[in-house]
Amino acid sequence: MSKPSSPRVALFVTCLVDLFRPSVGFATIKLLEDAGCKVDVPISQTCCGQPAWNSGDRENTRKIAETVIQTFESYDYIVAPSGSCAGMLKMHYPEVFAGDAKWMERANLFSEKVFELTEFLHDVMNVKKLKQKLNSNITYHDSCAGLRELGISKQPRTLLKSIKGVKLAEMKDSETCCGFGGTFCVKYPEISNSIVETKTENIESSGADVLLAGDLGCLMNIAGKLKRQGSTLEVRHVAEVLAGMTDTAPICDTNKKTVAKGR
Amino acid sequence: MEIKSPQFKKNAKAALADEQLQKALSHVRSKFIEKRATAVRELDCFNELRDNAVAIKKHTIKHLDLYLERFEEKVLEQGGQVHWAATARDARGQVLDICRKIAAKTVTKGKSMISEEIGLNEFLEVNDVTPIETDLGEYIIQLRGEHPSHIIAPAVHLNMDQIREDFREHHTELPEDRSLEEPISLLQEARGILREKFLGADVGITGANFLIAETGTSVIVTNEGNGDLTQTLPRIHIVLASIEKVVPTLEDTSQILRVLARSATGQEMSVYTTLSSGPKRGDDPDGPDEFHVVLLDNGRSSMLGTEFEDMLRCIRCGACMNHCPVYHAVGGHAYGWVYPGPMGSVLSPSLAGIENTGHLPNASTFCGRCESVCPMRIPLPKMMRHWREREFELHLSPASQRRNLKLWAWFAKRPKYYRLFSRLSHLALKMLAGKSGRISFLPLAGGWTRFRDMPGPEPKTFMQAWQDRSTRDQPQ
Ligand code: SF4
Repeated sequence: MSKPSSPRVALFVTCLVDLFRPSVGFATIKLLEDAGCKVDVPISQTCCGQPAWNSGDRENTRKIAETVIQTFESYDYIVAPSGSCAGMLKMHYPEVFAGDAKWMERANLFSEKVFELTEFLHDVMNVKKLKQKLNSNITYHDSCAGLRELGISKQPRTLLKSIKGVKLAEMKDSETCCGFGGTFCVKYPEISNSIVETKTENIESSGADVLLAGDLGCLMNIAGKLKRQGSTLEVRHVAEVLAGMTDTAPICDTNKKTVAKGR
Repeated sequence: MEIKSPQFKKNAKAALADEQLQKALSHVRSKFIEKRATAVRELDCFNELRDNAVAIKKHTIKHLDLYLERFEEKVLEQGGQVHWAATARDARGQVLDICRKIAAKTVTKGKSMISEEIGLNEFLEVNDVTPIETDLGEYIIQLRGEHPSHIIAPAVHLNMDQIREDFREHHTELPEDRSLEEPISLLQEARGILREKFLGADVGITGANFLIAETGTSVIVTNEGNGDLTQTLPRIHIVLASIEKVVPTLEDTSQILRVLARSATGQEMSVYTTLSSGPKRGDDPDGPDEFHVVLLDNGRSSMLGTEFEDMLRCIRCGACMNHCPVYHAVGGHAYGWVYPGPMGSVLSPSLAGIENTGHLPNASTFCGRCESVCPMRIPLPKMMRHWREREFELHLSPASQRRNLKLWAWFAKRPKYYRLFSRLSHLALKMLAGKSGRISFLPLAGGWTRFRDMPGPEPKTFMQAWQDRSTRDQPQ
């Protein structure tokens, strides 16, 4: 697909950003606009349908997917600040319509236009360098769907490293799951807890002051555990840092003084 | 083997609290992963080999009947015998019949998960035939009266000191001052005992990693060489294999072997790759007088043509469990049946019924790492999702879960009401968080807040804030 110079991009907000952390949505809009996109937020959007899909409820998933496609398919691109939701729209929607050639084709065309935020900035809009400065020591967790369904790993890192003052302190096993897993964390809380404990241990030993990732689900899980453990680490969505919008208190925190302000 | 999968949650809790187990599992968490990664890095064409391996198996499964018949023909030509077992019970009966014909007292065994699947050891014991496991890991867990917790490393749930104690307890002739400090000393001790058993056994039973249709050959890979002694010394060799182990040619086998050991243990090849084609011939210096193959179906043919067919490509390398965060947390026994980890979460429902194994395909974060390392590119998460679909259709998933899902979906399909729903949820979360920015107890999500805080929401939902901004920005 040839790239329009100023593409019309629809923001897929995601349920968790809508409910918990609108800052991520606004940071995403800023990044997209700075990259030259015209951003719109279709207000009739709800959810990508993943909770139904992963619970084996095909019928409801299909109905939700139809609405999403109808709402978004007229845009040049659809961008979500989440590898998990983008993965659902991009990789799973065609499968949702398996056996229905007409809808399958529509889902395939739609799927080609869907991107996760850092992937879109880096690969489609060719953003390789960001201007702001930020003195901090960051560690990055690779959320599973982004990493394994969409192949996202170097994009957020390249963008972060382009920020003057940012040091990346990679944690051990950054590619290992954090134990969130959508409804998994409430269906099997003890197992989820054991997995996230391993994750926070690796995060703490990285020596970083800030943990970033591209998915709010994982971030809430990890931040919630770190806080329960009394950690002072600052947890944010990668979009906030990339956009230089770090005025909001970190996830699970009220402490507004942030690394971004030169702690 | 009795199915304990319905108690998965209970099993998992016990496993998480078991310090010895947690210590033992740390090896799986690091060693297996590192070794595989190095082996894969060192072979440029690993992914191409994977593709070839997948193509070979796909082709074979498409023509499974043809290749099985061809295999049987070749075995017969070489003087061997083939026994078709539709069920576990058939297979047990066939093995016992063969043993009884020569009034066998003891049977040595190479490692075989099929033997676990059909519960062979228990069955032989009650029928006065003593089975002796000869793979070191299997030998240890047989001493302990346990089952394997991993498909290639059956005793991976144990630590050295536990094994040392078992040896002291069971090997009563072991001098007290004999050191068992080093792993090699344990191996030597087991070897010493097993030598006698090898020589005295009437029948040797092995599994099979491959059955070659072209030549009627069964192939096993081992690291200890116990398989060779098991199958060459006794009068009768029985190969216990499931039907999907067949591959067309020797060449195909060698292709798949190149991905098998690398994925499993990170070795280029296992130490021993042993091929057996029929009983001893006239001028052979050694070998069994009789060669039998028991071919087990036990539910596999009913996977053909379904969304679970791809699972029949599995070569039992164990990479999926070695990379699974859930397996890392709870180990293999918690899964409650023969096959643990992601491959078991797909296979067990096919073989033992989804009504008995419902937890297994649900106890996954869908992190996808299993699929990414599976040499056979089996879409494990996708197939677990298919099981969840079956459960949903059959109303096997818990009623409360179905109710919540239904309610949520009702809103998700109606944008206007969904806005209202998210505003109300937002309000409730805001109240619960108060000024602290986090929630330490959340009704209906106790599983979350028992172990971690829940962040409080920002002052408005995104949609509210966005609409405010749009109205503000609008020219008056
Ligand atoms: S599913 Fe794949 S990774 Fe798991 S044991 Fe089978 S072949 Fe190996």
